[in-house]
Amino acid sequence: MAFETMSGVPVDPVYGGPPYPGQYPFTRGIYESMYRSRLWTMRLFAGFGTAEDTNARFKELMRAGGTGLSTAFDMPTLMGRDSDSPWALGEVGRAGVAVDTLADMEDLFAGIDLAKVSTSMTINGPAAILLAMYVAVAEGGGAARRDLAGTIQNDILKEYQAQKEYIYPPRPSMRLVTDVVRFTTAEMPRWHPVSISGYHIREAGSTAAQELAFTLANGFAYVEAALAAGEDIDSFGRRLSFFFNSHIDFFEEIGKFRAARRIWARWMKQRYGATDERAMMCRFHTQTAGVSLTASQPEINIVRVATQALAAALGGTQSLHTDAYDEALALPSAKAARIALRTQQIVAHETGVANVADPLGGSPYVEWMTDEMERRAEEVFARLDEMGRGSILEGVYAGIENGYFVGEIADAAYRFEREVNAGRRVVVGVNRFADGDDDTAPNLLRIEQDTEDYQLKRLDAVKRSRSSEQVDAALARVAGAAADGNANLMPEIIDAVRAYATEEEISGAMASVFGTYTEKVIV
Amino acid sequence: MIARAGSVEDLLERAAAGDRRAAGRLLTRVERGGGDAERIAEAAWVRAGGAHVVGVTGPPGAGKSTLVADLVAALAAGGARPAVLAVDPSSAITGGAILGDRVRMAAVDASVFVRSMATRGHTGGLALAVPGAVRVLDAAGYCPVLVETVGAGQLEVDVSAAADTTVVVTAPGLGDAVQANKAGLFEVADVFAVNKSDLDGADHARRDLELMVDLSHVTGYGDPNWRPPVLTVSAASGAGIDEVGEAVAAHRRHLASSGSGVERRRRRARFEIASKLRRRFDRAVAECLDSEAAGATVAAVAAGEMSPAAATRLIASELLAGASAGSSPAGGR
Amino acid sequence: MPEAAEPPLGDAGPGPDEPPIRAVLAKLGLDGHDRGIKVVARMLRDAGMEVIYLGLRQTTDSIVAAVEQEDADVIGLSMHNAGHLTLGPAMLAALGEAGLDVPVVVGGIVPEPDRLELERAGVAAVLGPGASTEEVVATVRGVVLGR
Repeated sequence: MAFETMSGVPVDPVYGGPPYPGQYPFTRGIYESMYRSRLWTMRLFAGFGTAEDTNARFKELMRAGGTGLSTAFDMPTLMGRDSDSPWALGEVGRAGVAVDTLADMEDLFAGIDLAKVSTSMTINGPAAILLAMYVAVAEGGGAARRDLAGTIQNDILKEYQAQKEYIYPPRPSMRLVTDVVRFTTAEMPRWHPVSISGYHIREAGSTAAQELAFTLANGFAYVEAALAAGEDIDSFGRRLSFFFNSHIDFFEEIGKFRAARRIWARWMKQRYGATDERAMMCRFHTQTAGVSLTASQPEINIVRVATQALAAALGGTQSLHTDAYDEALALPSAKAARIALRTQQIVAHETGVANVADPLGGSPYVEWMTDEMERRAEEVFARLDEMGRGSILEGVYAGIENGYFVGEIADAAYRFEREVNAGRRVVVGVNRFADGDDDTAPNLLRIEQDTEDYQLKRLDAVKRSRSSEQVDAALARVAGAAADGNANLMPEIIDAVRAYATEEEISGAMASVFGTYTEKVIV
Repeated sequence: MIARAGSVEDLLERAAAGDRRAAGRLLTRVERGGGDAERIAEAAWVRAGGAHVVGVTGPPGAGKSTLVADLVAALAAGGARPAVLAVDPSSAITGGAILGDRVRMAAVDASVFVRSMATRGHTGGLALAVPGAVRVLDAAGYCPVLVETVGAGQLEVDVSAAADTTVVVTAPGLGDAVQANKAGLFEVADVFAVNKSDLDGADHARRDLELMVDLSHVTGYGDPNWRPPVLTVSAASGAGIDEVGEAVAAHRRHLASSGSGVERRRRRARFEIASKLRRRFDRAVAECLDSEAAGATVAAVAAGEMSPAAATRLIASELLAGASAGSSPAGGR
Repeated sequence: MPEAAEPPLGDAGPGPDEPPIRAVLAKLGLDGHDRGIKVVARMLRDAGMEVIYLGLRQTTDSIVAAVEQEDADVIGLSMHNAGHLTLGPAMLAALGEAGLDVPVVVGGIVPEPDRLELERAGVAAVLGPGASTEEVVATVRGVVLGR
């Protein structure tokens, strides 16, 4: 492949002086030649209805050349509830796939060789249970743990701050996260145990600087927790990854991505003593901003997504999910999902931005913006450090308890809303240039009620066919391990899923020891 | 007697039978004030059974609502039927309010009644509405009635005047005991709860308060026969909650067995009557000044023909004569 | 009120004129998206209303209890998880069972055909993600006053 412009002008891999991309502190990118050697991964999220429905979508994606699966679970699954829970009413299979027992996980990955694919699972509170199910399915199919590759989001801290899908109080939840980190470090070397996510913080209404600061602070907190558990920073540090939002303010986003790499590298090296450069690299996945999409004139969202995708590429992301234009209305339709993929393919293959690493590096505005993002983030770190008396982990706990994060995010969201309302901030098609919304409703994906009916029958059949003595004994061992601060919960959870204990039963066994969490109301 | 459907009597009867909606309606009407509120408070007073009224107050961030939720849970588990009035300030600018305290409290148990009240711009008005609301809940059979207020200043002092027992909640890092004293919290406390006992500084805060309690005893503040206990508690984990509940119960027993209860009720009655009198006289003063005769007197002062002091004496004598001759529409019982 | 008219005594509170609208805001079920409902809470507060904010993970029972105890004039339900066609009618049924005639406003991602279905089922109004402050406030006022 020739690296030249459309007119035939040859271009170098990088411009400007040191430090170059691939060199500490990685402001300009974590790899020397960036997208010349390897484009970002175009990761597409799938999950709806029953496990069989999603399995069919997975197989389509594999046939189309995909090697990475990305799984979205429905709300009851994300909250540790079974499909037959009263809490699950109306939400089974709606916003993702429903998984209650190992039997669903077997269906979800039926006919897929798990030793050969990389799987990403977006789940947090019950991450340990879903990972256990994945391990059990893979081993049942003859794959070895050590060969399993993938990522589990498992970022519980941002749940208390933004996404609100928590089950237990923060401290026992952190213990569970740490158990997953330790288990995968020891037995699943190709697995990424935590994906530290700012995406949801931004969607909840934060500013770019808050997204950057809160996410990295959470990263520091996981590092401190793993260090306290006796893990080696160079071995687990390499396997941490991040997940950011790409919003519409173009240069601010690029500055944010660049600052994230610099801050992470500096803190890992200077504060936490990493020596392996791979443990200092901030690798991240990016998703375009769902919250920036408008319900009126939905087609123009394609342009927003394209702009955000471009910012992510110029910011040096490792993988990218582009939103479908109809997501402010419903789950993405197949057509909208295809257009979203095509959008990032245009950025990758037509625009030429992938030919040069960090093409905006050295721009006075971009460099200033990068510095400014860093400065604002450092102010937050200083505050958390003080709140935690020298520990970011304790500072994050304190900020969760006293409502600091939630309050800051709510303030930012309201300020933005008022600006839009007063017309100080233009949202095309909403508060300016609003004519032309001809109301031709796009063809939306609809999940029908029979999904829930099917899933309920399935769960009932599984419950009838298993041995309840075996289930009870396994659940008692899960509770026992939860009560023992020195035990790792993962082996017991794997035994319990193998006995076809349900997600809610296992989660309940842990909750009987850990308690559950109700947030303090901060509006 | 069969009460007319929709009448105050009927609503009170239904509230006493456990109809939450009837109680909710009555509280709204009490909160709106005016003659209707007065009638309801009056009718509730007839039925009230002397519920133990517990004020819970303290600076913002002390964790009052979590502590109240824990207390209510313990009470409900012990077979009581508690109610909570959760009072929060209204926005001074828009008059609106976001009331978020009921979430944790109501999650406790379906038998718990929680009502959120906004101050609606006048703490004086609240001093009138709270006793009425407490009476409605009492008449509906709830006991104890907890009144939770936030902030610093007149509000919690007013509200504690409506309480038999006041719990002051603090937490480490919210300022020292001297500040608590300045805010007037000290005078009203029957029980101190130092929340967030797991934080550094909890012990320090407790010792400070103990010291202040000892000093106030010397200077003769408060009830000479009751030394407010200073308890540490973690509302998050529930540790120490039972002790707070026990201290509140002990204070109630103390009020019943000593002369302090009589004294407390006398003070409460005096405060409530004073509030009502003030409201009534404010109105009478306004009406009187609008009268023709007073208008002439005001004009005379403005023209320099009469001194303000002489004018005041003149109008006051008319006003007071009118007040003693006037009828009492509320009637006696 | 059915009481006989009596002259107000005027010493029991701020007076009966223009009491603020009391709105219960809640999320029904497991959905954790609370950005919108928090923004709406502030909008209504800034329009002079009293917002009883229940927030996340409420049940039809907990909302009914709040409406009764708080004597709410209106309920705002926020939904972002495509569960509205089940949960909206479930809320209306629970209110009906409790004998409560309190208007329900649904806010969130609701496709047009679903909006019509919800309104047919008895939801007083549906507000989409782009609704302005004026729209939100006017809608809530409208359904309360038009009751």
